[in-house]
Amino acid sequence: MFKKILIANRGEIACRIIRTARAMGIATAAVYSEADAEALFVREADEAFLIGAAASAGSYLRIDRILEAAQKSGADAVHPGYGFLSENAAFAQALEREGIVFIGPPADAIAAMGDKIRSKEIARAAGVSTVPGHPGIVPDAESALPIARDIGYPVMLKASAGGGGKGMRIAFQDGEIRDSFRAAQSEAKASFGDDRIFIEKYIESPRHIEIQVLADGFGTVLYLGERECSIQRRHQKVIEEAPSPFIDRETREAMGRQAVALARAVGYRSAGTVEFIVDPRRHFYFLEMNTRLQVEHPVTEFVTGFDLVEWQIRIAAGERLPLGQSDVRIAGSAIEARIYAEDPERGFLPSIGRLTRYRPPAGKGLRLDSGVEEGAEITLHYDPMIAKLIAHGADRASAIDRLAQALDRFLIEGVRSNLAFLARVVATESFRKGALSTDFIDREFPRGFGAPARFVKADRTILAAAALAYRRLAEREISGRLPGSGFEAPSRFSVILDGKPFEVGVSAAASLEYAILSEGSVRRASTSWQPGEPLIEIAIDGEPAVLQIESLPASTFALTYKGVVRHAQALTPRAAQLLALMPEKKAPDRSRRLLSPMPGLLRAVVASPGQEVKAGEPLAIVEAMKMENVLSAERDGRISKIHVKPGDSLAVDQVILEFE
Amino acid sequence: MEQILRRLEEKREAARAGGGARRIDAQHKRGKLSARERLEVLLDPGSFEEWDMFVEHRSHDFGIDKSRIPGDGVVTGFGTVSGRLVFLFSQDFTVFGGSLSEAHAEKITKIMDQAMNVGAPVIGLNDSGGARIQDGVASLAGYAEVFERNVLASGVIPQISLIMGPCAGGAVYSPAMTDFIFMVKDTSYMFVTGPDVVKTVTHETVTHEELGGAVTHTTRSGVADRAFENDVEALLELRRFIDFLPASNRVPPPFLPTSDPADRTEPSLDTLVPANPNKPYDIKELILKVADEGAFFEIQPEFAKNIVVGFARLEGSTVGIVANQPMVLAGCLDIDSSRKAARFVRFCDCFNIPIVTFVDVPGFLPGTGQEYGAIIKHGAKLLFAFAEATVPKVTVITRKAYGGAYDVMSSKHLRGDVNYAWPSAEIAVMGPKGAVEIIFRADLGDEAKIEARTEEYREKFANPFVAASRGFIDDIILPRDTRRRICRALQMLRGKNLANPPKKHDNIPL
Repeated sequence: MFKKILIANRGEIACRIIRTARAMGIATAAVYSEADAEALFVREADEAFLIGAAASAGSYLRIDRILEAAQKSGADAVHPGYGFLSENAAFAQALEREGIVFIGPPADAIAAMGDKIRSKEIARAAGVSTVPGHPGIVPDAESALPIARDIGYPVMLKASAGGGGKGMRIAFQDGEIRDSFRAAQSEAKASFGDDRIFIEKYIESPRHIEIQVLADGFGTVLYLGERECSIQRRHQKVIEEAPSPFIDRETREAMGRQAVALARAVGYRSAGTVEFIVDPRRHFYFLEMNTRLQVEHPVTEFVTGFDLVEWQIRIAAGERLPLGQSDVRIAGSAIEARIYAEDPERGFLPSIGRLTRYRPPAGKGLRLDSGVEEGAEITLHYDPMIAKLIAHGADRASAIDRLAQALDRFLIEGVRSNLAFLARVVATESFRKGALSTDFIDREFPRGFGAPARFVKADRTILAAAALAYRRLAEREISGRLPGSGFEAPSRFSVILDGKPFEVGVSAAASLEYAILSEGSVRRASTSWQPGEPLIEIAIDGEPAVLQIESLPASTFALTYKGVVRHAQALTPRAAQLLALMPEKKAPDRSRRLLSPMPGLLRAVVASPGQEVKAGEPLAIVEAMKMENVLSAERDGRISKIHVKPGDSLAVDQVILEFE
Repeated sequence: MEQILRRLEEKREAARAGGGARRIDAQHKRGKLSARERLEVLLDPGSFEEWDMFVEHRSHDFGIDKSRIPGDGVVTGFGTVSGRLVFLFSQDFTVFGGSLSEAHAEKITKIMDQAMNVGAPVIGLNDSGGARIQDGVASLAGYAEVFERNVLASGVIPQISLIMGPCAGGAVYSPAMTDFIFMVKDTSYMFVTGPDVVKTVTHETVTHEELGGAVTHTTRSGVADRAFENDVEALLELRRFIDFLPASNRVPPPFLPTSDPADRTEPSLDTLVPANPNKPYDIKELILKVADEGAFFEIQPEFAKNIVVGFARLEGSTVGIVANQPMVLAGCLDIDSSRKAARFVRFCDCFNIPIVTFVDVPGFLPGTGQEYGAIIKHGAKLLFAFAEATVPKVTVITRKAYGGAYDVMSSKHLRGDVNYAWPSAEIAVMGPKGAVEIIFRADLGDEAKIEARTEEYREKFANPFVAASRGFIDDIILPRDTRRRICRALQMLRGKNLANPPKKHDNIPL
C-alpha cells in the first residue's frame, strides 16, 4: 500500500480524499494556490505545498509544479480528485514517467474517453447505444448549419474537450446556430484551451442517469447501480440521487451491462462513470464516460456501502476486487444537494465573500462533504460549489424528508447561497413524485427563483413563527419601567407578510406555550426560541417545524421555511393601519444602466457608444468563476456611454454602460 | 356640570381634530402621518398622557385671532416606550403649518422642565414651518427658551429629535443641540436658509432634498444620525433606540435580559484579520459577533464610514461601540470620523454607558484638505473625548495601532481600564515600510538592505509584544474569546468610580 498520497485538487474533494486516506493509515500531502493558503484542506492534510497563483492555470492546472511538489513530498501516488487534471492523460503519463502512481485509469483510457467523438465511436463499436449525430468535428459556424439540418432540430453544440456544462449550447432553429456555435467555441477555448465543437441531436425532456463502474484491471468490472442527476441548471448538476426513481431493474441491468462493456473495451481500471441520457420511454443513449471520481459519488457510497475513494486507492496499489456483480446490493435511497455560493434570485450568479456564518446540520442519515468552514473566504477563482449535503433513508420519501429538514437548518451568511432554492426544489410535488428531467428547473421555476407570489402552505408556518418571535421579543422585561405602567407584551397584532396583512392573536397558555389565533382558528403553539438565535423551532398543534430567522429593522423578520423566504413585519393593528398610508417608494430607475450582476472580470463589451440595440441583444460578457455570462439589453435603446473596458475587474452592481 | 362636561368633550374633539380632516388628508398625501398618529406608533398603546390640550395662541395681528385651534400646533405630554417613561412633543403641521408661537413654545418648555425634574428623555417630533410670523418677536423668544433648555438638559437627560417635515431657519438649532437627529427620507429637510435664498444670494440652484434632505444630512454633512424610509419605520426604530438609552445621567443604562451566553466563543474571528496586513476586512462582523444577540444600533452608518459607532448590549446592559473600519480609507482618522466618534464618546460618558473600542488604525489621513480643514483641532476632539471619559473603557486592538492614532483610540495612557490586543496587533509608531525609510534613509538605494531592515522592523515592532512588555496592553487575547473577555472586563468594572477634577466645564477644542 502507498505511504503517502498527494492530492492534486482543492476544496471539498481534497478533504474527502484526505478522510479516506487517513482512515487507511496513508499520509496526505496537499497542493494549494495563493488564494487557498488558509483553506480547510490545506490544514487537514499532513503537509501542504504552495504551487502558484490563484488562477487555476497558474496552479492547479500546472503539471510541472504538481510533479515537483509530489517529488518533494515523497508521495508514491497522486489522487487527482475531479475537474482540474483528473482527466488529463498527459498528467497521468507524466506521473508514470516519474514512477508515481496516478490514482485513476490508464492514460490511454483517459485519452480515448476524453475525446467526445472518439469515445462515441468506441462506444458504438462496443454495442453501446448512442445519440444520433455528426461523426466529426465541425470546423466553423458556416458548416454547422447543414449538419444541424441534417440531424434535425433541436441540436446540441458541444465542446469536444468539454465537461460540466461549459462550451455547450442548444439550437432550436437555423437562426440560432451561428451564435450558439460562436458562444460554445469561445467558452470551450477559454475553459479548455481547445475550441473543437461537434453537433448531435438534442433529446427533449431527457433524464440524466449514469452508471458507476469499478474495474480492477484484472478482469473484474462491476457496476454499482445508477445515479440520477436530472436536476440541473445551466447544465450543471444540482441534486443527484441513487437509485433513480425512474429506472426499473431491466433497464438498470441493460445500462449496467453496456457500461461494463465500454469499460472493458477501453481497458478501464479504477472508478469511472458512464453517463446516459434517458428519454421518457426509457430509451437510453450513451453521453460520455467520465474517467474519474464524480462529484456525486457519495450517493452511490450510501446505497452500496462501497467507499469509492478507498477502492480507487486499493486498485491503484494493485489490489483485486474481491467480489462479483452479485455481491453488489442497493439498500435504501440517497440524495445529494450541491451547495453553491451563488444567488438564485439573480439567475444563479456566483457570490463571493467571507462566510461569516457557516453552520451545517448534522444528524442520523446525513453526510456533509464540505470544503469550507465558518470564516472561509469564497473567491471568484474557482467553482462556486462549497459543499455537498447527502441524506440517506430506508426509502426515497424518508431520504427526501431528511434532506428537506437538513436544508432548513443549514445556516450560511456572508455570501448568498442556493440553500433556499434547493429546499424549494425538494419540496415540490414533482420532485417527490420523481417526475424529473433535465429541464426540471425551467419547468418548475419558469420566472426564476423568488418568493412565491401567492400565499402557500409554508406561509402558515412562517406567519406563526413571526408572531411567536415578536411575542417572545416583547415579553422580555427591560429594567426601568414606570411602576404601574401596565406594560404588557401585545397579544393582538398584525403580521405583514411580503406586503399582505394578517391579523394574529397570541396569548400565553403556560411557560413557552401559546395559543395562536389566525384566520379564524385557534392553534396550540410552543417555542423555546430566544432572541438572537438563528433558528426558531416551533410546534403547532404538535407539528414540529424549524425555520431560519433573522431580525431586520422596524420589527421585521426574514424567515425561511421549506425554501420559502418571506419578510414578516409584526405591528400593532393601529401601526399596521398607519403603515398602509405610507407611500410606496419606487426603486431608483436602473433600466437606463447596465450593471454587473456579479463580481467578475469584464471579458468584452460587444456594443459601442451611439449604437442602437434591441432588447435581448448581447451587450457585454462578464466572466466569473470560470463561466462566461452574457449580459443582454433589457429594452430597446441607444447606448450613450461605456464606463469600463475589457480586462477590468467589476464589483457587483458596478455600472458597465448607460443608455440615452 | 353636564354642560361643562359637554363643553370639555367638544374642546377635546376640536383639539384632536387639529387642522381638520382636509388638512390631515393632505398630510397623508404628502406621505406623512399626523402629529397624533405618530404618537400612536411611537408609544405603548394607551400610555399617552396629554398636557395643554386647551392652550391657544394669544396673537391678534393680521386676523389670526379669528382662528384659534386648541393645542396651537403641537401635541405634548408623556407616555411610555417598552414601559419606560418618555416626554414628547409632536408638532402638528395641519395647525398653522406647525409654526411655533409663544404658546406653542411654552408647551414644549413645560414638558422639558418636567423631564429634567423626573429624569426622563425628551423626544421631539419636528414638523414645523418655522416661527409664527404673526407672533413676532414673542415667537423668537419662544425658540430661545427652548434652546436654553436644550443646553441645560444636555448631558442630564437624552434628547432625541425626529425630523418629519420642514425644519428651517432658527428652528434647526433646537434639534442641532439635542443628542441625536433622525430624519425621514423624502419628507423632511433641515437647513438654515432655503433654496430660494440660496438662489438669490449665491446663484446656486438646489432642491430642498439636495440642500437639506435626509440623504444629504446622513451622508454629506453628518448633521443627522439616521435616515428612515417613512414615518412608521422611523418611529419603530426610535422605539428600538430608546431601549438602549438610560433615562438620565442619574441612573444606569437599562438592562434587557438575554440568554446569549457571556462566554460564547466565535472561532471564525480567528480568521477575521487577513494574513496580508494591507487587505481590508469588515469590522462590523466583529461587532455583531461580540454583541448580545448580534444586535447593534449604528449611529451615522452612512457618514465618515471609516469609523463605526453605535449601541449594543453586553450581558443585557448597553455599551457604546467605537471601531475603526478598515474597509473604508483603511480605517484612518480624519476630520469627519474624529468629529463623529468624539460626539458619540461624549454622549456615552454623559450617560454612564461603558465604551468598547476596537482599534485598527493606520494613522491620520494626510493632505492639504485635512490640514486646511483643521484636522489638528478635530482630531483633538476625539483625543479629548476619550481622555476625559470616566466611564468603563475597554479597548481591543485587532491589527494596526500606529502613531498618534494609537494614543487617541482609548489607549491605556488615556485611562483605558482594560486594554487587550489580538495576536495580529501591530502597535508601533508607524508601519514597517515608512519606519525603515526614515530610520535607514542612507540605505534607501539598496533594495536588499531595505528589505532586510523592513523584515527586522516587522519582527521587532509589528506585534503586540513590545506594548505588552510595557504593560500598555493588559493581555493578548484570542480573537474567538473577545466577547467573553470584554464581558469579564465589564463585570469587573461595574464598581468603577472615577471623577475628573472639579471645574466649571472643560474647554474642548471646538
